[in-house]
Amino acid sequence: MLQVKLTGTLQSAVDDEAEVEIDAATIRELLTRLVERYPRMSKHLDEGIAVSINGEIYRDNWGTQIPDDAEVFLMPRIPGG
Amino acid sequence: MPSVLVSTTINGDAVEYACPQDETLLDSLRDRVGLTGVKEGCGTGDCGACSITLDGRLVCSCLVLGVEANGREITTVEGLSDGDKLHPLQEKFIEHAALQCGICTPGFLIAAKALLDRNPNPTVEEIRYGLAGNLCRCTGYDKIVRAVQAAAKQMRKK
Amino acid sequence: MPQDTSYTHQKFNVIGTRPKRPDGIDKVTGRAKFGADTSAPGQLVGLILRSPHAHATIRKIDTSKAERLKGVKAVLTSADLPDLTDGDRAMLDILENCMARGRALYDGHAVAAVAAIDAQTAKKALKLIKVDYKVLPHVTDVDEAIKPGAPIIQDWVFTAGVEPKPKRPSNISQRTEFGHGDVEAGFAEADVIVERSYKTEQTHQGYIEPHACLASVRPDGSGELWVTTQGHFTFRNICSSLLGMDVAKLKVTASEIGGGFGGKTHVWMEPVALALSRKANRPVKLVMSRDEVFRATGPTCSTSVDVKIGAKKDGTITAATAELRYQNGAFPNIWGMLGAMTSFACYDLKNVKSIGYDILCNRPKVAAYRAPSAPMAAFGVESTMDLVAAEIGMDPVDFRIKNAAKEGTLASYGPTYGPIGIGPTLEAVKNHPHMRARLGKNQGRGMACGFWFNFGGQTCTDLNIGIDGTVTLTVGTVDVGGSRASLSLIAAEELGIPYDQVITNIADTASLGFNDMTEGSRGTFSSGMAAIFAARNAIEVLRKRAAQMWEIPVEAVVWEKGEAKAMGKKHGNLPQLSLKEIAAKAPNTGGPIAGHSEVVADNAGVSFASHICDVEVDPETGATKVIRYTVIQDAGKAIHPDYVEGQFQGGAVQGIGWALNEEYIYGEDGRLQNAGFLDYRMPVCSDIPFIDTQILEIPNPNHPYGVRGVGETSIVPPLAAIGNAVSNAVGVRLSHVPMSPPRILKALVEASGS
Repeated sequence: MLQVKLTGTLQSAVDDEAEVEIDAATIRELLTRLVERYPRMSKHLDEGIAVSINGEIYRDNWGTQIPDDAEVFLMPRIPGG
Repeated sequence: MPSVLVSTTINGDAVEYACPQDETLLDSLRDRVGLTGVKEGCGTGDCGACSITLDGRLVCSCLVLGVEANGREITTVEGLSDGDKLHPLQEKFIEHAALQCGICTPGFLIAAKALLDRNPNPTVEEIRYGLAGNLCRCTGYDKIVRAVQAAAKQMRKK
Repeated sequence: MPQDTSYTHQKFNVIGTRPKRPDGIDKVTGRAKFGADTSAPGQLVGLILRSPHAHATIRKIDTSKAERLKGVKAVLTSADLPDLTDGDRAMLDILENCMARGRALYDGHAVAAVAAIDAQTAKKALKLIKVDYKVLPHVTDVDEAIKPGAPIIQDWVFTAGVEPKPKRPSNISQRTEFGHGDVEAGFAEADVIVERSYKTEQTHQGYIEPHACLASVRPDGSGELWVTTQGHFTFRNICSSLLGMDVAKLKVTASEIGGGFGGKTHVWMEPVALALSRKANRPVKLVMSRDEVFRATGPTCSTSVDVKIGAKKDGTITAATAELRYQNGAFPNIWGMLGAMTSFACYDLKNVKSIGYDILCNRPKVAAYRAPSAPMAAFGVESTMDLVAAEIGMDPVDFRIKNAAKEGTLASYGPTYGPIGIGPTLEAVKNHPHMRARLGKNQGRGMACGFWFNFGGQTCTDLNIGIDGTVTLTVGTVDVGGSRASLSLIAAEELGIPYDQVITNIADTASLGFNDMTEGSRGTFSSGMAAIFAARNAIEVLRKRAAQMWEIPVEAVVWEKGEAKAMGKKHGNLPQLSLKEIAAKAPNTGGPIAGHSEVVADNAGVSFASHICDVEVDPETGATKVIRYTVIQDAGKAIHPDYVEGQFQGGAVQGIGWALNEEYIYGEDGRLQNAGFLDYRMPVCSDIPFIDTQILEIPNPNHPYGVRGVGETSIVPPLAAIGNAVSNAVGVRLSHVPMSPPRILKALVEASGS
């Protein structure tokens, strides 16, 4: 079971929880289950999302494996200059 | 507005073009003569990207009318090389990575050449003030100044 | 393993050398073609009519006279750009920003466009378009915009991130919060607390090349776009979506780009050029004037920031908070959120909270500007860091070192850091001779730190080997500052051949798979990674071909130093085959030799920098001159050090301009007063000293060569470094950027009480 922390406005999509528990082995599974449980998350997925796994930020690689004890952070997708 | 026929010399060659009386020399050079190495960054004489020499004098071609070039001599970046040999400033700009995006480079080369023609051994301060009419947003000017120093040194050897 | 991203610890042959860039000659001879430098048969000149009002309802646009003018081939309003966005508000915002839809939201907002046979006719036509405006109250200041009674700019925007959900629209589009611990408890433990408010004014990226494009749409729905852009694939997707074109039928070619810094990551007038071309059935060239670039493209935010930091006497920070209000222009975005995320990223803090507000104003839509949002947050935080250090009597560098984030630190924006470079850059500052140089009268020294995320992203690369063994590397990220040279170096390194044997080209959208934009410091990082993978794939092919030529199993062939080598007792005596020799036989060993790669290059590696700055302030005029400047930044691995230094120097000088001079000045009428380089004064050569650089190389564990992005972080510390230096020079804390002569003089006068 992953402890998934959420930042900023993403928290409002998960009933204002700062942290949720999700059973997932990849980013894709994680996002799919999140949307299943919290349909309001789908809007944020459309707007773009980034996942931090043990401090490394992933924006697109949804096939990425998430280790069991990983620190997982969901944040909005960030633009650069 | 009727067009005016202009006879001029550009980079050593006789060139004729017809342009409206209110057209800038910058537009004439780019759109009528095809010298797109002369760049427009502002159109108000503030950025120097359109720098050329007119009878040997450094000017912003956006502040000169196309018709004013009649009977005069123009040098643009396209005329800096000597046949297949790059001008020392061109060589040193590449060697010293004095360009990043390269849009301001033609204007800087013309301004630097005008400076070195006048003062073959400029101090750093003279280079900085000599190039103060040209904006570069990528390099922070560091490598540009060094390239001009290196080119000046090489040109003095000759 | 072709797609293995792990750091290889290899010894490099060509990486780290400084060869000449392949596009150098074109760029010093005027041959390089930028956005405005191309033309097409029968091309028309496009021009855009813009709102002179900051906020207005557009009652009616009468284009009939313009349409009747001889030589006018198309006149366009929002009526020609139907909403095809299917409820996607972000896309509708892009469309509305390109062409006003019933309301003008800022001075410079496009309201109509024409295409005519020449510039003179197009200008005349613009004057013949009659727009009936009903002027509305406007607001351009970020703090005024959130006061009760401020005019509401978007009636569909309700503040996100607050409970209960607001029932009324607001100019605050969202509130975001980051941090951890208990800041109240932390402040209670502090011996010293400093609380200050700061303001920064709006600045523009200031690229020298205005936006320019040449659009050509055919009646069958296909088209081409030549454009100066940081992301031609993204431009293709956005333009085709807004105009209802098929993605594959719109070919976008990126011209040479005359600077972008984030400003060319958005479409501003390209959909308009395409729509004009479609209406006229002729190619249309649309080039912005500098005035248009200032008024109608995307500068960065103006901000208002409150920072509070508490520390113990031994220098330990016990708590830190920041409240950041970022002006987004007329369309909502996430710039305040980014400010909140980056504000305390340099430090290891037990109790930290940052709250970002994104705020709408009647100003142009804000775009990314080099490490977007980070410099303004750093100005507030790093200025306050100096104030706290002074209060507890500690050296500001030691104070930062004591609190610097390190591997394992829980970042203020959420995750835990891996190996990072803030500590080493601070140690390098402490040991730098610059810190020991003597200062003269009216001079002061300051330093500051900065952070930026860096990004990778979708990347696609082809590597083709020619019959003579020369290599073409084809990438989809544009060359904003020498990346062709860096990418050739990377391919040459991986293949084991000389730099001169590789030529890097930038493909149009019809010739290569999708590539994300060249943003987030990703160009060399991600196309470099894709080039390594493509080269590894090509090496697999080369080994197979060598095995065929030798008639031995491929398992017995290894690739070493640019040559195939047969291994084992049985084959070990075969003479090695060079890449050239294998390439020459390609037609008879299976045809062309190539390597491709498609990758999402994530894990770009966070970036830190520390800057040192000396200034001299003229107490009579308040004019400030930077007299010495040093940039120290972690590059992971510098592929071509000249261009890494160039990024450090360029970012620092943009920051110097922002700190001392540059600002958007709006009049009471809501109009931009200084939309030109004369009055919006960017640094010139004589304003600036040499910018010293020190490249640190703390390898990124997630890139084969250890590369981190380097493009953006250099603009983060300068505002604060200069602010600290000015304050040390004159003994008065400056809290409003730019620290222009009038502001410094005012601060001096107020401090002296006269």
